[in-house]
Amino acid sequence: MNVLVCVKQIPDPNTPGKLDPRTKRLVREGDLVLDPGDEHAVEAGLQLVEKDAGEVTLVSMGPPRALEAIRRGLAMGAHRGILVTDPELENSDALSTARAIAGAIKGQQFDLIICGTESTDGSSGAVPAQLAELLGWPLLSFAKKLEVANGKATIDRQTDEGYDVVEAPLPAVVTVTGGINEARYPALRGIMQAKNKEVKQLALAEIKLDGQVGKAALTQEVVEVAPAEARKAGEVIEDKGDGAKRVADFLKDLKVI
Amino acid sequence: MAGTWVYAETVEGTPKPIALELLTKARSLGEPTAIALGPGALKAAEALGRYGAKKVYVHEDPAFVEVLASPAVDLLARLIEQEHPDLVLFGMTYEGRDVAARLSARLGTALIANATDITRKDGGLAVVTPVFGGSMLVTTAPRAKAPTLVLLRPKAVTAEPAGSSGAPSLETLSDPVDTGKPGARVLRREKEKASGPRLEDAAVIVSGGRGLGAPENFKMLDELAAELGAAVGASRAVVDAGWKPYAFQIGQTGKTVKPTVYIALGISGAMQHTVGMKGAKTIIAINKDPEAPIFKMADLGVVGDVHKIVPQLIQEVRARKGK
Ligand SMILES: Cc1cc2nc3c(=O)[nH]c(=O)nc-3n(C[C@H](O)[C@H](O)[C@H](O)COP(=O)(O)OP(=O)(O)OC[C@H]3O[C@@H](n4cnc5c(N)ncnc54)[C@H](O)[C@@H]3O)c2cc1C
Ligand SMILES: Nc1ncnc2c1ncn2[C@@H]1O[C@H](COP(=O)(O)O)[C@@H](O)[C@H]1O
Repeated sequence: MNVLVCVKQIPDPNTPGKLDPRTKRLVREGDLVLDPGDEHAVEAGLQLVEKDAGEVTLVSMGPPRALEAIRRGLAMGAHRGILVTDPELENSDALSTARAIAGAIKGQQFDLIICGTESTDGSSGAVPAQLAELLGWPLLSFAKKLEVANGKATIDRQTDEGYDVVEAPLPAVVTVTGGINEARYPALRGIMQAKNKEVKQLALAEIKLDGQVGKAALTQEVVEVAPAEARKAGEVIEDKGDGAKRVADFLKDLKVI
Repeated sequence: MAGTWVYAETVEGTPKPIALELLTKARSLGEPTAIALGPGALKAAEALGRYGAKKVYVHEDPAFVEVLASPAVDLLARLIEQEHPDLVLFGMTYEGRDVAARLSARLGTALIANATDITRKDGGLAVVTPVFGGSMLVTTAPRAKAPTLVLLRPKAVTAEPAGSSGAPSLETLSDPVDTGKPGARVLRREKEKASGPRLEDAAVIVSGGRGLGAPENFKMLDELAAELGAAVGASRAVVDAGWKPYAFQIGQTGKTVKPTVYIALGISGAMQHTVGMKGAKTIIAINKDPEAPIFKMADLGVVGDVHKIVPQLIQEVRARKGK
């Protein structure tokens, strides 16, 4: 089975980026990492090919340094990578990203594409569904469990009340939630091996695209950035044995009791 | 022709709360048209009218609930081509996200996710989305051909019935749904049992964070919640640790709640958490760290140990209820 996993490089969520109020662009300070959500996608792909046979290919669209995110996935055990990188793709929106990825894999055979449900920095959760639509494949979204057998993928799809069991014929796109697995930590051996694994870099000229991408295809523009209104603090008291009583009195005033 | 459409999710003949929230917002942007799909859609139309839908397209084919997204995308694409709305609103829900994202790729239009507000400004649309844990608000304007697709976060708008409105005009569709192409088919639905009110509907929420120390300590939250008729929520730290299922998570990547009273126990108050609950009318926080950011937004903050205070609080509440 051939699995493609979409991986995105993002600013370390523990030291988040800032939005430059002047240029209205994301200022990427500090470390860049493989999106932790996508680590679960890589893990899900690896588990599938370890169970049956096959290989995991990683694809990322981003600046040249996004190679580091791909290397991380390769160190986890993925077999090869594709990096779609081109100055024209800078500041791409989700649809451009999906088009670039769809273009980059044209002509290659994949049974399954696995993505995170949403990126930790962008959190639109749009790219996987757009990719599925561009390819004409079914989308199995919000998977907290994934099984592949007999040419079909079956997931437990998270819902508000519990989960739905949903099935689709291959090839399909799957998005995985953080709960689906425990992502493995790359071992030293994996890190060493990753250095020799093939990562194909593709510029736009080398891709057959359906539709425009990048600046020419921007569907939206940020026009204003402003701080959100903050709530005001009320009274803060120290518990001297009467904290519970004070809270209960307050709840009574609020007519909750 | 300009028009504001609402993709109205319904369950068994009743609109989901998000559908009514979307219509409430849509009313301020134009004369809303709602699209309700699946069995029971017709029955839901009346309620959609009460919240402002002037026109409702209904299609009752079971395929709309049995097959994810694709049948809805096919139908929407066809209707949009006929009627040319300039704005289509979806809820930022499991279903809304899949449908809107696929549709944006089909049509090549703008998709703006995570919105909390939409206005018409200088003849164009302005869509507000929170970023960086809700500390900043970004306004985005669409630059692609119509329609603009916007995903509105649940609870961003308070649903209110429209003042006076007659029954909506109905357009019942029955064109065949293409189920021949490969699709994601729902085999069965599993409901996990829950007691007490749903988080989204609860007037009072008792929410626990890593400060509770261990999963078994959520028992005292359950007890307190039972006394207050409250729902129990959790921070992501607790969900990531596996103490509580994801359905309990409140915040940026979890649920947005707007209860009358939110009681945060052992929660630090990280932005990504507070973005999901700062719409609460009143916030009460108990945390042992006087510097915890949650105190900057709490109406009543108690600096103290949850293990000590919560059991006492349960007794105090019982005493006041005359038990
Ligand atoms: C992209 C992204 C999305 C995120 N989405 C969410 C989200 O949706 N929801 C969410 O909640 N978080 C989210 N987070 C995580 C968030 O940043 C915080 O890490 C998380 O909210 C912290 O949870 P906590 O307050 O329970 O834990 P901590 O931050 O560890 O706080 C525990 C608190 O308990 C207090 N405490 C400890 N012991 C006691 C005691 N005995 N009595 C009283 N108080 C005590 C401590 O003083 C501390 O303030 C997200 C993060 C990122 C990067
Ligand atoms: N630039 C990118 N390169 C590769 N995959 C991406 C990229 N952006 C998004 N994805 C994939 O799509 C998922 C959802 O991202 P998003 O639509 O940005 O919320 C991510 O978890 C990735 O799997």
